[in-house]
Amino acid sequence: MDISTQTRSEGSEARLLERLRGGDSRAFETLVRTHTPILLRVARRFMRSEEDARDAVQDAFVSMFKALGGFESNARLSTWLHRILINACLMKLRTRRRHPEEDIEEYLPRFRDDGHQLESSVPWAESAETILELRELSNLVQRSIDQLPDTYRVVLLLRDIEELTTEEAAQILGVTPNAVKIRLHRGRQALRTLLDPHIRSVE
Amino acid sequence: MTSARPFLPCSEVIAFLADYLANELAEEIRAEFQRHLVVCPSCIAYLRSYEQTIRMAKLAAIDTSEIDDAPEDLINAILEARMKE
Repeated sequence: MDISTQTRSEGSEARLLERLRGGDSRAFETLVRTHTPILLRVARRFMRSEEDARDAVQDAFVSMFKALGGFESNARLSTWLHRILINACLMKLRTRRRHPEEDIEEYLPRFRDDGHQLESSVPWAESAETILELRELSNLVQRSIDQLPDTYRVVLLLRDIEELTTEEAAQILGVTPNAVKIRLHRGRQALRTLLDPHIRSVE
Repeated sequence: MTSARPFLPCSEVIAFLADYLANELAEEIRAEFQRHLVVCPSCIAYLRSYEQTIRMAKLAAIDTSEIDDAPEDLINAILEARMKE
């Protein structure tokens, strides 16, 4: 985006914000119609059912509307909405987490007493990403991410997909930055283990 | 006579992987990490596939970026929820 486009966009966002604060229903509808598609896509990554994803988006808009007075105009509305949605998703996941967390240990590498890998890692085809049809790759990766226990899945989504920093993820989850780092590393390792048999077979 | 320094074990190299890729390892540990990689094809394979895993996760998220129109019933539900507030 060039500077003039960005300035125009910021200008229209400031006007939209002003109308929202003034209780303008049309402005609210514009905001909802503009942002719902992308927010729904994010919510679908976090939530395991379409119904929960839609509920999270709805909850996010309601929270946003209530918090409008406290919104700092120097932030982007879309960034703010993205964070509110992630919070709504995490709240919902917390209420859904009724069964014990699946153990992640089985997906982590194992070592001999001397510290060597128990089973040697086999290289993946460098071109695996291009050999697999993008749609096929996408389905495989998403299915594999869904298999991860929520504790690790959520951190992987926040850091590697939604691109929050370690500190931002720690703040939103109410854990230490170090806990985020450990969970991210374990989540990535587990995802690698789940992808491994599929990518090896692509060679 | 100098005694040969032992190599870091694979377990430590793999434990440090995320910090290595984020460039957050102390210079001294980074050097030990790289010394291990030179002699350990298994850890190189692990490192590369770990990096590919991160790239694939990002790629998979981008692939689903064909954004459909928002479902009209959801839009209406949000607008109604706001009216009730």
